[in-house]
Amino acid sequence: MALRGNLRDFTITQLLNLINLAHKTGALIVEGPNQTARVAFRDGKLAYAQVDHEDSSLAAVLHKAKKLNSGQYRSIQQRAAHIPDKELGLLLINAGYLSQDEILVNLQQHYTEIVQRLFTWVEGFFHFDIDSLPPDERICVRMDLENLIIQGSRQMREWEQLQDEIPSLDMSLKFADRPGANLHNVNLSVEEWRVVSYINPRNTIRQIASATKLNDLEIRRIVYGLLQAGLIEITRLESVATQAPNVRVFPTEDKEEQKSLINRLINRIRSL
Amino acid sequence: MQTVKMVVTGPFSAGKTEFIRSVSEIDVVSTERKISSASERTMKEATTVAMDFGRITVDEDLVLYLFGTPGQRRFDFMWEILSEGMLGFIVMVDSTRPETFREARSILATFHAYAPTPYVVAANKQDMKEAWDIDDMRHVLRLDSNIKLLSCIAHDRASVKAILLELLYSILSNMENGEK
Repeated sequence: MALRGNLRDFTITQLLNLINLAHKTGALIVEGPNQTARVAFRDGKLAYAQVDHEDSSLAAVLHKAKKLNSGQYRSIQQRAAHIPDKELGLLLINAGYLSQDEILVNLQQHYTEIVQRLFTWVEGFFHFDIDSLPPDERICVRMDLENLIIQGSRQMREWEQLQDEIPSLDMSLKFADRPGANLHNVNLSVEEWRVVSYINPRNTIRQIASATKLNDLEIRRIVYGLLQAGLIEITRLESVATQAPNVRVFPTEDKEEQKSLINRLINRIRSL
Repeated sequence: MQTVKMVVTGPFSAGKTEFIRSVSEIDVVSTERKISSASERTMKEATTVAMDFGRITVDEDLVLYLFGTPGQRRFDFMWEILSEGMLGFIVMVDSTRPETFREARSILATFHAYAPTPYVVAANKQDMKEAWDIDDMRHVLRLDSNIKLLSCIAHDRASVKAILLELLYSILSNMENGEK
């Protein structure tokens, strides 16, 4: 039976486990909400990974890992764009720029990062194509999946905990009224500052995530950290709150009657 | 006939249905179902899947309804509906199950966000020897000293009455402070 389905029913970790146990060869294609990822396996081991619109060429990977400076990267793109990665790798090794191990380690790291990113995808369709192999011009690695599966399971647990803490991204945030809470005395990362800059009861957490280009896991992580630090509080979206029907708590508007009602309740409960 | 309502919330198996049952003058209208999940079934056989409610008639003009929320996250779409128009709410926490404290904190924050009405936290099963100490629970639940964390035994009517009264005192105090 074809291996295809929805990430809501089958997680990436479960898929990797299956590929690992069945020693599968082929490509797992995952179509997320905004991107499509293609992860190739050979005999149940990770061989190659790419996300569409992202450059997974050797030169790009080495440049991102700061093994090639911008000048070298530009020069390779201009003069050697047609050269397959395997040939480029040999040229770099022979010229003494890098060792074979360095090239493989950086590629493994790049492919691993792509798979780790997939762990945060909770929506999307996947299928496993046994006829799809990595592009010929790319260098393949051979990585055991066990460590990735363990990492994925940990991330899943973290994801579940964060979902418990922040059940809905449609709530908004406000700064805590706690005296002494002063954001300027707190060390925040660049991402955290960006999130903080959007905190306003009129913005949902989802809107903040979209504005700061953070995925569900990343925004939950940051919001959770800020909540733990007591800097912010979750609140109801202001516009929704004002649009909501005016549900009456008391059957009367009169304050004295309301107090009398509570006192009647107190007397009744006492007499139970 | 005037009606007011309070909501009893808390994690799965915290004792919400039992709490309402202890003071309700009617049989609690419950929508309990057999639990399908094996892990949840180890805690109890049936759970509240939509809501349950009890009633206390105050006099011929006034009735108090107590609504219990479903404890499992997959029914949390009901929470906002139940929280509308409540006088206040009670967060039940099972003192013997520290693994549920984090969820209790999250439920409390969610309800408080839905409606910033007065609330009290009831530390249920304080009669059990494995129950956590109230002060330790306050610490773990991260409750400020001004929030009432009260010892509770959900099957004991006197204990449940005390919790309801404390919530009513908080509501009254809140109204009086609002006037100042």
